[in-house]
Amino acid sequence: MNIRSLLSYTFLILVLVVVQLLFLKNLALFGYAFAFLYLLGLLILPSTLKTIPLLLISFSLGFLLDIFFETIGMHAAAATVFAFFKPIWLKTTSPTGGYDEAEEPSLSQIGLGRFISYAFPLIFLYALVFFIADQWGTGGFLGVFSKSLFSSLFTLVLAILVQLLFFKRRKGI
Amino acid sequence: MLRILQFLYRVRAFLLFIVLEVVAIWMIVSNNSPQGAAFFNSSNAVVGAVLKKQADVVQFFSLADANEALVEENAWVRGQLMASQVIPDSLEIKLDSSLQASFEFRGARVIANSLRFSQNYLTLNKGSKHGIKPGMGVFNSQGAVGRIKSVSENYSVAFSLLNTSLLVSSKIKSSDVFGSVQWDGRNSSEAMLLYVPRHVKAFKGDEVITSGFNAVFPEGILIGKISNVAVNEKDPNYLSITVALSADFSKLTYVYLVENTRFEELDSLYRQSEIPYEY
Repeated sequence: MNIRSLLSYTFLILVLVVVQLLFLKNLALFGYAFAFLYLLGLLILPSTLKTIPLLLISFSLGFLLDIFFETIGMHAAAATVFAFFKPIWLKTTSPTGGYDEAEEPSLSQIGLGRFISYAFPLIFLYALVFFIADQWGTGGFLGVFSKSLFSSLFTLVLAILVQLLFFKRRKGI
Repeated sequence: MLRILQFLYRVRAFLLFIVLEVVAIWMIVSNNSPQGAAFFNSSNAVVGAVLKKQADVVQFFSLADANEALVEENAWVRGQLMASQVIPDSLEIKLDSSLQASFEFRGARVIANSLRFSQNYLTLNKGSKHGIKPGMGVFNSQGAVGRIKSVSENYSVAFSLLNTSLLVSSKIKSSDVFGSVQWDGRNSSEAMLLYVPRHVKAFKGDEVITSGFNAVFPEGILIGKISNVAVNEKDPNYLSITVALSADFSKLTYVYLVENTRFEELDSLYRQSEIPYEY
């Protein structure tokens, strides 16, 4: 990873976190679908990034959100699970032979179908951990599951839209 | 030995994962215990400043509504004042401690608020510097809103009534039957009134107010109106009463804080008689 891409990833993650903090806090479609858009910044980190820095980045981002949202520990726990399974899942879903070393798993690089199959289970896992932590002992399993499902669908749609609108297109999708 | 070290080195990512998860879970647990000191929350100076800036921008657009509500309330308070004012008399009565008001009120602005989780909190722009203390009740002109959880120098964090761990001692206004209002985590405009026995006749539309039995709220602050009465399925000795909350939690801007100045006296009395005291 060179300095330029490091800067651009940092900038992207910062922008996404600011959007998450200031605009997406109380947004919940029908009271069910939350948007965890900042996960997009973690999703498209390149496959060359090792698990340990990824875990530390995710934990600190989740913790930052927690401080602002007054949900101490919940986002951090979910983001850590997310970061641990991201490299494993990326390897599982990548085609035989793997990606190029420098390739980032973004929409323009891996295509719509593969992006969905890569991103959706990870976002769902994140949402599941988050809502289990949030509703511990109060909500039933069905509530947790439906909230996670709708939130991950909503987040996925937002993530795809953001990439279509704001990311440079390298090849036609 | 070398093998063990090599093995540990190979699974270092997994070990870090476990450590971070344990830290996160420890934070969740310590934050949710009522006595647990929260070291990191939105009453932190930096976070509070950012939230305040955000609230400044967002609430600018609802200033007209807020002003109107304040004017209406002012008018009502003036009316009350006129009604209770006595004509000056030559006889002077010394107020003794039993006549002094046992509640003090303060005002604050909500700078952060959440509705969608099952543990919701408010952040207010006043802190210990302005005389805010943990345990004070929070309400606005519409009804009860919550209770202060922790304070920093300039900001404070309050349990919202929309927090499944907050119980508010309350009663039905028409019949004086008391119970506890607790949110069930589902709908942000409804809460449950618990511990009302089945023989009580509760009707749709009855007002539910704070009971004044605990030291948080004075008696008579509106919580909401009964919207549904049914027999509790889990425990048929009790009614399951749904209360439509009167405060609109999605539009909170200005709130009042109430402090019971006799809290310490009450608290020590409860301790003396060894009654487990709940807020």
